[in-house]
Amino acid sequence: MKLIDKMIQLKINNIPVTVEKGTTILDAATKIGVHIPTLCHLDLKDFGVVNKSANCRICVVENEDTRRLVPSCAQEVHDGMKIQTDSLNAVMGRRTNLELLLSNHPNDCLICVKNLDCELQSLAHEMNIKEIHYPGEKMSHPVDVTSFGITKDTNKCIMCRRCVTMCNDIQTVGILSPLKRGFDSVVATAFQLDLNQTSCTYCGQCVSVCPTGALAETNSSRQVWQALNNPSKHVIVQVAPAVRAAIGEEFGFEPGTIMTGKVVAGLKRLGFDQIFDTNFGADLTIIEEATELVDRIQNNKTLPMLTSCCPAWVQFIEHQFPELLDVPSSCKSPHEMVGILSKTYYAEKENINPKDIVMVSIMPCTAKKAEAAREELNKDGISDVDYVLTTRELARMFKEASIDFTKLIDDDFDELLGESTGAAAIFGTTGGVIEAATRTAYEMITGKELKEVNFKQLRGLDGIREAKVNIGDLELNIGIAHGLGNARKILEDIRDGKSHFHAIEIMACPGGCIGGGGQPYHHGQTDILLKRQKALYDLDAGMPKRKSHENEMLMKLYDEFLINPGSHKAHELLHTTYSAKQRI
Amino acid sequence: MRKKILDMTTLDKNLLKELDAYIDSLVGDKKEHLIHVLHKAQELFSYLPQNLQLYVARALDLSGARVNGVVTFYSFFNENPVGKYTISVCMGTACFVKGADKVLNRVIELTGTNKNEMSEDGLFTIKDVRCIGACGLAPVMTINDKVYGKVKPNDVDDIIRHYRGREHESK
Repeated sequence: MKLIDKMIQLKINNIPVTVEKGTTILDAATKIGVHIPTLCHLDLKDFGVVNKSANCRICVVENEDTRRLVPSCAQEVHDGMKIQTDSLNAVMGRRTNLELLLSNHPNDCLICVKNLDCELQSLAHEMNIKEIHYPGEKMSHPVDVTSFGITKDTNKCIMCRRCVTMCNDIQTVGILSPLKRGFDSVVATAFQLDLNQTSCTYCGQCVSVCPTGALAETNSSRQVWQALNNPSKHVIVQVAPAVRAAIGEEFGFEPGTIMTGKVVAGLKRLGFDQIFDTNFGADLTIIEEATELVDRIQNNKTLPMLTSCCPAWVQFIEHQFPELLDVPSSCKSPHEMVGILSKTYYAEKENINPKDIVMVSIMPCTAKKAEAAREELNKDGISDVDYVLTTRELARMFKEASIDFTKLIDDDFDELLGESTGAAAIFGTTGGVIEAATRTAYEMITGKELKEVNFKQLRGLDGIREAKVNIGDLELNIGIAHGLGNARKILEDIRDGKSHFHAIEIMACPGGCIGGGGQPYHHGQTDILLKRQKALYDLDAGMPKRKSHENEMLMKLYDEFLINPGSHKAHELLHTTYSAKQRI
Repeated sequence: MRKKILDMTTLDKNLLKELDAYIDSLVGDKKEHLIHVLHKAQELFSYLPQNLQLYVARALDLSGARVNGVVTFYSFFNENPVGKYTISVCMGTACFVKGADKVLNRVIELTGTNKNEMSEDGLFTIKDVRCIGACGLAPVMTINDKVYGKVKPNDVDDIIRHYRGREHESK
């Protein structure tokens, strides 16, 4: 077929436009700068996520020939089509549809978690809604607060199904589905079970795409304020790599601006007693994980080894592939390592009773909240980590304390668990953990200095990537997957004996932690994720030390406390176990 | 397994064997046959308890939520035990206009049970269903396979009495 046959000519608001066959009216309009409001529609281009359910009817436009309203997000163009996006008919149609959506909405915007971050609210503003002509019967579903990760308020759901697309098509976890029909219809879990009774991984990707307050993180900031106000508690905080690349967005900084110094300064203002860096834990994870990998390779133990930093992914394998629980590394995730070391190593040094320490982790993630509550990570009444706040929750705390984030003067982490290398910085992006591990494994196995630390073949955004890295005589086969749907494909290969990898990195969220369920909302702009990713690679490139084992405070930790990587004490404190769970 | 929310081991083994045989006999992508499999499961077990829905989900490699979504969408499927006689009152437009709601209310009164529930004596289950395609006979009510057309609320008394009587005789 010639290109010309594939091109369609139409007019939108009398402006001629030529687009490829199969283009939607919405995309054609965007091409010529005509704005059509949308709500249920979502297209995360770089990540293959498209929700085109066409059920909110906010994007209707008028077809001049038929005088009918058509949903522009789903309707494909055809030759000679004439579309009006701003005819009275179209404008009134959109208004009516929005008012109908608002007719049974709780409208408690002032105290809603999504206040000023809500797409429904923005539309009501944009469309100048000052009155709702259809007072509908309100829903009265109980709010699901059973899980540590995600709070689900069905009363605020507008049935756009973005979460359903995310949970089923992209993550393939299959927790959410539309149930029942007509007015009774809800997006819910199987049998309307509480979230904590299901196989939900708490990855929070449903939260990151929900246009309203129907899905949000379970808020822990009240408990953290309480701890900060309790003089008998020694409150320690740590910050994950991906947080520093995103939190600036909440304060008007360009996406991808690294905010480490200001975050530390802000945390001091909030009154935390010690400010540690999860990146220290990341370097430590690399030492332990690389040691485990080398041991597994040299002693013919279970391969491939899968990284275990991502708790949503750990939850996924426990529920979906319980027969494969010997493949993930036994390493705890970096923030859990910093948590337990704060309550042992640091507590001993400072002579503080670990029971008086409250450990708070600032994470880009909702699954970390559920991870912190895992039985395996709570021993003898002491949790490695007590509370997890998302990037968004921390930004809200800064605002609540009226701290002018933009004017803070950069500060440094506290020394003991605060040093880090470039290898730790890239933990926040897909491909980063395995690149960091490769840098250390190379020197561990060959005993030679690694000159070129940039493993470009491990970088990128393809959902599943593979690369070969030569380490001495050994050709290391490395696999990378981000997004749980991609992880599922890799796991199926392992289950069926078709996998040839030595090591595999898996991150549950598309893009890795930079796109985590606790990050500032990107509202569908995927270039924001790319900027955050670039920021982490730039951060790495600018660091004087770029291999985890060059971290001096880390070497001191082994000398003074842990003895050796993989030692008995390291195992006791830094490693964990997994258990099979039912898939629902 | 450490923790079981829905126990599938309590399902009748022989009936499951029959269901498995049916699923095995399906050709092509088994996921596409979900509705047929649910029909078969309901035929065998008379209703679709949660653990059976999950069993079907695992057998077809679907999520529990998806299966539950289909089961709750169609009024044909029962999530709860059903009585010996299923009384379905059509609530389609024609029947509704002709007073189907009054018929339904009378059925509810006389059987002392509610929509989608089973009467205490295990005799009746009541359902309000969408158009069953017999609009000429509106309002329409069916009891198992028997169709009652142009039903008035007062007729319901006789009909229910008939089924109760039949049950009495058989004892």
